[in-house]
Amino acid sequence: MSTSRRKFLKWMAAAGAAATVPEKLSAHEHFTGYPDSYGVLHDTTLCIGCRSCEAACNEVNDLPEPDKPFDDLSVLKEKRRTDDKSYTIVNKYDVEEHLRSPVFRKFQCNHCLEPACASACFVGAFTKTPEGAVVYDASVCVGCRYCMIACPFDVPTYEYNKALEPRVMKCTMCHPRLKEGKLPGCVEACPMEALTFGKREDLISIAQERIRKYPDRYVDHIYGIEEMGGTSWIYITGAPYEEIGFRTDLGITPAPEFTSGALAMVPIVVGMWPVLLGGIYAISKRKEQIAKKEKEDEVTRAVNENQAKADENLKNTKEKAQKDQEFAVEKAVKKALEEAEKNKDSGKEES
Amino acid sequence: MAEEEKQVTRHDVEESRSLFTPFNMIAGIFLIVGVILAFKRFTGGLGAVTNLDHNNPWGFWIGFDLLTGVALAAGGYVTAACVEIFGMKKYHAALRPAILTGFLGYSLVVFALLFDVGRPWRLPYPFIVNQGVTSVMFEVGACVALYLTVLFLEFSPAALEWLGMKKVRKLAIRLTMVLTFLGVILSTLHQSSLGAMYLIAPSKLHPLWYSPYLPVFFFVSSIAAGLSMVVFESTLSYKNFRNKMDEEHKKSRNAITIGFGRAASLVLAGYFAIKIFGVALGNHWNLLFTNMGLWFQVEMLGFVLLPCFLYAIGVREKNVKLIRFTAFWTVLGIVLNRFNVSLVAFNWQLPMEARYFPSWMEIGITLFIVTVGLVVFRFIVTRMPIFYEHPEYSTEH
Repeated sequence: MSTSRRKFLKWMAAAGAAATVPEKLSAHEHFTGYPDSYGVLHDTTLCIGCRSCEAACNEVNDLPEPDKPFDDLSVLKEKRRTDDKSYTIVNKYDVEEHLRSPVFRKFQCNHCLEPACASACFVGAFTKTPEGAVVYDASVCVGCRYCMIACPFDVPTYEYNKALEPRVMKCTMCHPRLKEGKLPGCVEACPMEALTFGKREDLISIAQERIRKYPDRYVDHIYGIEEMGGTSWIYITGAPYEEIGFRTDLGITPAPEFTSGALAMVPIVVGMWPVLLGGIYAISKRKEQIAKKEKEDEVTRAVNENQAKADENLKNTKEKAQKDQEFAVEKAVKKALEEAEKNKDSGKEES
Repeated sequence: MAEEEKQVTRHDVEESRSLFTPFNMIAGIFLIVGVILAFKRFTGGLGAVTNLDHNNPWGFWIGFDLLTGVALAAGGYVTAACVEIFGMKKYHAALRPAILTGFLGYSLVVFALLFDVGRPWRLPYPFIVNQGVTSVMFEVGACVALYLTVLFLEFSPAALEWLGMKKVRKLAIRLTMVLTFLGVILSTLHQSSLGAMYLIAPSKLHPLWYSPYLPVFFFVSSIAAGLSMVVFESTLSYKNFRNKMDEEHKKSRNAITIGFGRAASLVLAGYFAIKIFGVALGNHWNLLFTNMGLWFQVEMLGFVLLPCFLYAIGVREKNVKLIRFTAFWTVLGIVLNRFNVSLVAFNWQLPMEARYFPSWMEIGITLFIVTVGLVVFRFIVTRMPIFYEHPEYSTEH
């Protein structure tokens, strides 16, 4: 479909009309992120699980005090997830089959190029900023938590224990700090340079370069270039991704595409249902009318028939009555004549 | 006629005198517990009463109160379409109870959402502050809000007859056709969109339940739900409110049961077929004998195919008892399906300890909401012309 459209555009161009047609028209062209937007590269091979990023994140975002202090590394024993008090956490994975030392992997919002949360939010509380961060506006949030259903990375969390102004909580990629020209808190705090901040395009080049230089050290895949249509955070690692907490079955379709087809049906239903239902209504109405007319016709026919019968009866009766009358008159006349004759005869006799 | 009315009023007085009936006692307990739980919810937040967590943001309230509630309230649009659009006037007696059930159903859905969303006072925000038109939920919200209005207007003639407001009633009656059309369009849209809400999460919903056809599945099953609910509701109403029913209502009862049973059988057959097509489209045959697959088969065979056959047998043998039982069974099947999509098959890949199970308080609030619905239903049918024609308007159709 897109090729034929492109051809069509070429013909338009040939006809000299191209100036009026915007360049990007194909519906199937992928949005690959805002130009020059930022991201972070997480190289798990450099991460030592010191939790400095967690501590820095907590501080710069004014998050509540954690249950256990950030220098307590015993928490690494469990598989944790982010919650409403922590935008980022680091988990430890023992992948002895592949590597001798454990792998540490940092979790936080991946800042999708086409975010599921933003597509799912019915009040538009999420925005993909041109800088790359996906930010949330608590001042409009209704608290339906559909963003949490939608996010393939289980990122948004909710303040379940707040009665009055519960918020969705998630990493902001330190968007306010980016605006001030500062680094994200976690990146700044990382002592091992396991986190690299920069333009996403550059980060991809850096990642590719590292994999090319040290093919034994890395799995030949950069997570986040294509997953769910691409994310601003990207990852390289030495262990199979699925063994260190990554979903490798997400596919490369951006989340909004999953619902766009269903949403596209809305105007079709609005446009066509009245036609369809109207048609059915018309048919049922017409059936009703035909039935009514047939009934009426039948009644009229029966009435007319009866009328005709009655008329005939009346006519017959009338005729009969007339005949009877005539007969009676005749008879009377005859009788009178006979009597008169008789009288005449008897008179003659008397005289 | 006037004497009959007097009788009805006298009956009402008698009823209100005997307050301590078993129904009232149980309802009273549910209501009291519900009010306490509601207080807890709105002072302590969602966490104080629910088992929801960061992995499982939607629980029992969305699965039952929203998804099941909307499906079971489908009787309104289904019956209105049958009677007003398809011209099946012989089912006219089913219309008012169905509209009332739909209207109350949707009101309860919105009432339940006030508990579930974090900041319920902001529910109008998507329409007045910032429109998130890319969201399926925006469509659901808009359609439910509009359809609730439509149902209110469709229901209003009964209330206006009760109040004796003839002029306004005449106006409301004139809107019937427009409202019926709007009702069917809006219902098509949001019944399907409730399924479409899950389209955005293919990585979380089990492949046997996830399908690009989800919106169609939800729409078609809502028709079966609506038809079954009309039969189910009329069975319960006949048991409890027989004295409110006029002769016409009682006489057409069996015809309605058989007619709706026949329709439900056909719809379930079609639904079964498209569900199979869904499995075929995804080529998920290999999953049918996994644990989740067996559960899928329980749903498909036990709660779709079985009621489909039972309905058919009931119709062929004119066995209204069997049809009534099957209606109840189908209603259970709808509950099961909506629970499966929203709770059982959702987040199926999470380890057991990370899965969600509702707290008793979530169920308690749902019982509270259902009880409110039943009490309001009883209030209305014992006062307004739902099961009988108001004597002053009985000549109209």
